[in-house]
Amino acid sequence: MRIHFKTSYDDDIRLFEDGWKLSLYAALLALMVALPWLIDDFYLGEATNVLIWATCGLGLMLLTGQTGQASLGHSAFMALGCYTTVLLMEAGVPFVLAFPLAGVLTGIVGGLIAIPALKLHGVYLAIATLALAILTDDLIVMLEPWTGGVGGKFAPPITIFGLEVNRWSSPAAWYYMALVVVLVVTLFYRNLLRAPMGRAFAAVRDSEISAQAMGVNLARTKTIAFGMSAGITGLGGALMGLFAEVFNNETFTFILSIQLLMMIVVGGLGFIHGAFLGAIVISFLPQALSIVTDGIGSNVAIPGLEIGVFGVIMILFILFEPMGLYGRWLKIRTFFQLFPFARKDMFRRQKSYLKTERLR
Amino acid sequence: MEVLQLLISGMANGCVYGLVALGFVLIYKATEAVNFAQGDFMMLGAFVTLGLVNPEFMGIPFWLALPLVFVIMGVFGYLLDLVVLRAVFGQNQVAVIILTIALGFILRFSAGLIWGHEPMSLHSPLALGDVRLGDLVLGMADVAIIITTFLLTLALWQFFQRTKIGLAMQAASQNQMAAYYMGIPVKRVQGMVWALAGIVAAVAGILYASKGAIDPNAGFIGIKAFAAAVIGGFGSLPGALLGGLIVGIIEPFAARYLPAGWSQIAPYALLIAVLLFRPHGLFAQVRVKKV
Amino acid sequence: MSLLTLENVTLKFGGLTAVNNLSMQVEEGQVFALVGPNGAGKSTVFNLISRFYTPVSGKISFAGTDLLGLAPDEVPSLGIARTFQNIELFDQATVLENLLVGRHRHRSTNLVQQMFHTPAVRSEERAHREAVEEVIDFLDLQPYRNSRIAGLPYGVRKVVEVGRALASKPRLLLLDEPASGLSVEETQNMRWWIDDIRRQMGITVLMVEHDMGLVSKVCDKVLALADGAMLAQGTPAEVQSHPAVIEAYLGTGDAA
Repeated sequence: MRIHFKTSYDDDIRLFEDGWKLSLYAALLALMVALPWLIDDFYLGEATNVLIWATCGLGLMLLTGQTGQASLGHSAFMALGCYTTVLLMEAGVPFVLAFPLAGVLTGIVGGLIAIPALKLHGVYLAIATLALAILTDDLIVMLEPWTGGVGGKFAPPITIFGLEVNRWSSPAAWYYMALVVVLVVTLFYRNLLRAPMGRAFAAVRDSEISAQAMGVNLARTKTIAFGMSAGITGLGGALMGLFAEVFNNETFTFILSIQLLMMIVVGGLGFIHGAFLGAIVISFLPQALSIVTDGIGSNVAIPGLEIGVFGVIMILFILFEPMGLYGRWLKIRTFFQLFPFARKDMFRRQKSYLKTERLR
Repeated sequence: MEVLQLLISGMANGCVYGLVALGFVLIYKATEAVNFAQGDFMMLGAFVTLGLVNPEFMGIPFWLALPLVFVIMGVFGYLLDLVVLRAVFGQNQVAVIILTIALGFILRFSAGLIWGHEPMSLHSPLALGDVRLGDLVLGMADVAIIITTFLLTLALWQFFQRTKIGLAMQAASQNQMAAYYMGIPVKRVQGMVWALAGIVAAVAGILYASKGAIDPNAGFIGIKAFAAAVIGGFGSLPGALLGGLIVGIIEPFAARYLPAGWSQIAPYALLIAVLLFRPHGLFAQVRVKKV
Repeated sequence: MSLLTLENVTLKFGGLTAVNNLSMQVEEGQVFALVGPNGAGKSTVFNLISRFYTPVSGKISFAGTDLLGLAPDEVPSLGIARTFQNIELFDQATVLENLLVGRHRHRSTNLVQQMFHTPAVRSEERAHREAVEEVIDFLDLQPYRNSRIAGLPYGVRKVVEVGRALASKPRLLLLDEPASGLSVEETQNMRWWIDDIRRQMGITVLMVEHDMGLVSKVCDKVLALADGAMLAQGTPAEVQSHPAVIEAYLGTGDAA
């Protein structure tokens, strides 16, 4: 069991508690940087996919895990980020500008959407965002002159400072690009968490009333949360569309929103690691399933198996491990750290009885 | 004339939406949980009926199979509450939302596994074809749906007003603690509400299947029914039906009179508008609580 | 000028009059108690001051500033902090994080600075943590600093509630039933803390309390409320012996 002897407030504020943690994450970073030399192009593509999902997951995590606003509509932001990036690039804006700009624009739209959404709580917000996602699907089709409608759009070639980033000819470059994006997003996310704004997010999640009593402006905080969440998810969506090289309204249906939410719950709601773990699960699920079905000997692809299995996984997690994969890891680690003093109910989640929406 | 046709066809769709919305609201009123899988319940009800009635499966006469379907769907609802929903009592809202969505996924997958993914038609006595009255072409199935829904609503209304179980359900949904004190087995009553929702969903499914072919993705209309429930006001049973009718009627009129694509988004645009301006729906049942 | 003034404040919930033409003044440096039977409107008064409710008539002013024009989240910046009767802490966060939220009104950096964790943010964080550490020392919360609220016993949570309010360095501290649910020892501690809050920190305290023992030991002035209206006002001894107060609590001596 490691004991932290802290001598200054900086020890609490720093990103990594101690040298051990720092070297652990440094090693992880080194591994990630070295990955293109360690695995073949196919798996590198898979890894890039994981990073893209993780980016989207971080966006949703900020809003739902951190600020407690349930959203089933993030596919709309993914679509917005993607189409905006591509339209900007087609207008001649270089990728290095178009990409962050699209993120900012999507963030602004997210912030605007927050304004009416402020009045909605819990399930009503989930429903409203779901309606938004469905609307976006139809809107994309209706706005055909810009979006290419059902025919979709092709991703223009990406060049960063003269270097071509192509999924097939330079997979390592694509991987590093995604890696940089996810690292920058994670850094911003962590910086927010150790600052007043991050705490304000958590306050809004846990108790709106006392958050207000402490001076947290609900409207402003939620708007910022929505905006940042939309922006980050927009960037992720842009990466997703560009990586797929062709996309249309069906790439960004509301099912994608649902999958994103399920993914971060599986990973662990409220934890940054959760976004990454969830991304790994969702990226490798198809592979894992086909391995299993091959093993059983069935050659026929069972349609919808993925969705069905995902559903079962979700239910099992909600019933048995609501804190997700990272939560389970925390429990295991705490058990060993405190051995033999760990108590069974240390992570018992406070039962939050639903406040009757009908009598607020 | 055309207006009347659109109206009747829209009302029939609206009845189906309304019945699914009714299921939502029943469950919400009783347990404050939103059953995102209600549309898939409807689909399941339709397929169970199909599995019993259609000659390529069991070929049982329709009216004989009907009570069987009700029992199956009722038990299904009850067991679902017993096994799954009670286990998540007290967890945060995101968890419950995801749970029911995941349930929907599983139902869809299972239906596809059991009955296949090809659209199939139910051999329903309500699939009655069309009747011409002068210029007017009436789908008799539509009329049958409207009548059936009307009768069912009447029956449910009486059920809640007159029968002991109905009153118990009302009590349990308004004030659990008081209901317990009065000797009402609240948890069991909630299970029964789920059972009832399952049965209502089955009726909706049968009606829906009488109008056309069904496939495992039929549950997606649940989302429109959702919109209907919200529009009508989530705590109100008559509101759910009226919300359904509103959505059902808007669709054909929007398709007929508005530019292409608008009829698709009309229900959702209306939903968002309602959420923004009258968040508790058109028939809100919200009172100010003294804190 | 009194620190906190309520003038003819009335609040109705539909047909129910929760606060009926109430007037009161809290002077700076006082420890003032609101007492009364359940349903008298005491917490409602707090909610009025916190601006969760708006009165139908009357004025509320703090240090000369009219409170009625403010939103609930603007109240702390004037120097008013409160606790809640049914503990509204941030359950999933640690004690330290809860206390740090109490410092929210003292934040000085903006979103972009925070995203980039500029040196200004770093030094602001240090300042916040130092201020919070003082509260932790004052309330003896060191053993619980990094514990999640969800696992803590009730008595500790009550103390953390007070700590969170103290962290904002208020001029006026509103304590809603600080001793409810506490054991004799814990109530004793609370009494010393309230005393120290007034003496060492110079903070004015307005509290709702049922425990008349605590009230008589620590309060200068008491106002008894029943059905939203004032019954009596004065020192604890005066109010306790006031006939109207006795009737409200115990009823008259007549048989039916």
